[in-house]
Amino acid sequence: MGSVTTSHDMGLHEEQLAGRTQQMFFSASEEENFTYPWAYEVDTDKSAEFDAADMEITDINLKIRELMKSGHGTITVNNPRAKHSLGVGILNRVNLNFNGSLGYFGCGLADGANIRISGRVGWSCAENMMAGTVVIEKNAGSLFGAAIRGGDLVCKGQAGARVGIDQKGGTIIVGGSVGAFTGFMMQRGRMIILGDAGDNLGDSMYDGTIYVAGKIASLGVDCVETELTDLDKRYLKGKLDLYGMAAPNGIDNIIKLTSGKQLWNYDNLEATEKKLVL
Amino acid sequence: MCGIAGLIWKGGASSDIGTEMTQMLQALKHRGPDSTGFALYGKAEEGVQVLRFKVAEQEEMSTGFDIHKQVVERRAAVDTRLKELGAEVTAEEQATEYAFRYHFKFSGDLKRLIDFLEDIDGVEILSVGKALELIKDMGDATVVSEQYGIKGFVGTHAIGHTRMATESDVDIRSAHPYWAYPFNDVSVVHNGQLTNYWTMRRDLERRGHRFVSNCDSELIAVYIADAIDQGEELEGAMRRSINVIDGVFTYLVATSDQLGMAKDVMSAKPMVLYESDEFVGLASEEVAIRSIFPREIDTWDPYQGEVKVWAA
Repeated sequence: MGSVTTSHDMGLHEEQLAGRTQQMFFSASEEENFTYPWAYEVDTDKSAEFDAADMEITDINLKIRELMKSGHGTITVNNPRAKHSLGVGILNRVNLNFNGSLGYFGCGLADGANIRISGRVGWSCAENMMAGTVVIEKNAGSLFGAAIRGGDLVCKGQAGARVGIDQKGGTIIVGGSVGAFTGFMMQRGRMIILGDAGDNLGDSMYDGTIYVAGKIASLGVDCVETELTDLDKRYLKGKLDLYGMAAPNGIDNIIKLTSGKQLWNYDNLEATEKKLVL
Repeated sequence: MCGIAGLIWKGGASSDIGTEMTQMLQALKHRGPDSTGFALYGKAEEGVQVLRFKVAEQEEMSTGFDIHKQVVERRAAVDTRLKELGAEVTAEEQATEYAFRYHFKFSGDLKRLIDFLEDIDGVEILSVGKALELIKDMGDATVVSEQYGIKGFVGTHAIGHTRMATESDVDIRSAHPYWAYPFNDVSVVHNGQLTNYWTMRRDLERRGHRFVSNCDSELIAVYIADAIDQGEELEGAMRRSINVIDGVFTYLVATSDQLGMAKDVMSAKPMVLYESDEFVGLASEEVAIRSIFPREIDTWDPYQGEVKVWAA
């Protein structure tokens, strides 16, 4: 068990909150590295694997927790067989590998885990992820990365409809095409789509950025094309290189989309600081 | 919520689709435990048609006044009327106390025959077809499968449904699949809600189509029947339905040699697709397909407004 940390230590009572956000960058030094007070001390060199073919969903998730508790920092789950809700709510630094496909709600609510999935994921993968990485080798279902707030979510195949709906931070990268209503009500963060986008892309988005390398069926309300700057290109190259991906027609031909802010009719704006960390 | 599943073996290959569909639907039980239905397509026998009908609801068997006597009377009435219109019954089978399966030879007006049979109080024709056998009842897939002896049914393709009742009652009448009366071998399963149900129903009723339930999904079966009636191709009719039918839906249609799927423009209801050279499997969730293919397979979600049709 980690040392006990109070909410004061976590900075929850100060105006300037501590933690990982998209805009604020921290050094990786131990004292600034936010971890949960109940997080397990794990060693990434200590690895374990188990077969999930005949296990129930709750037993698989408990087994992952038991292994983290006993200090395993690299965990491999074989034969998940598209079961639902696997790897949910992992608030720990851990390398988690799934050899196979996940069903609905896979790896939701993750914070800090590095997850690899060799198969496909169903609806609502990595929903509300806070930090960490989730990399999927094959296709993803609808609602991919709904409401994520941080981290990198990568799908090397194609994804379904409503990718990154309500996204509030982080980066979503899809190697193939995405369906209708992608980026609906997006509020912050970045989305990189290397294939084609379906109808109503970025509908009613408040903020954030969508990059599309392929064709766009149609744009949603208040989603506008904007200039791709050198900074964008450097960012895109860096991100895509990191996951061994590339824009099919080169980074220069990527379309950048943001909110036109024509729907902004607020009496008063939410304090940015609070919105960032929430 | 509902769970739907479909499978088709390509190139005329056949398999134990009864067991396969039972496994797929059992894996989807959590999407709807109210009732389960199967539409199985077997090998057609020359000149012989299969009639599946029920003479009472399951619930009536324990509550209905004098129901056991009525069941016998209703079945006798069916026999008499079949004979009256010149249908020759070659085999009879009692699946449950209230559901029956007949093989019969008939060369006359099928619609007239069915209308005549359904005119008997409590009688509902579940399906008529050369290849189609439609089975639906209360309970999960295993229960219905055992009750009707579905395992071991050899055929080319099948669709199935596990129901969570949202729009109408929990009874066999409102359970899927729906048969596209009065057309041989056409059945439909649906997951979703249709919002222009009453407008379209009134329109179709005016054109002489029958509705047996208040379940919105029945509309799709009637719509497809209407399209076939007007000489439309299945795929064309399904493409048109995407814009004509309003609401959220994913549905599957099967005919004697085809399996089709359609998804609404919002892509609101799930569908996972697996396609190989010899087999196509479709289901609301991948677990259903995995129940018959435990190995790693490549699957994907079809997109909004997509229509696909495969041939057996």
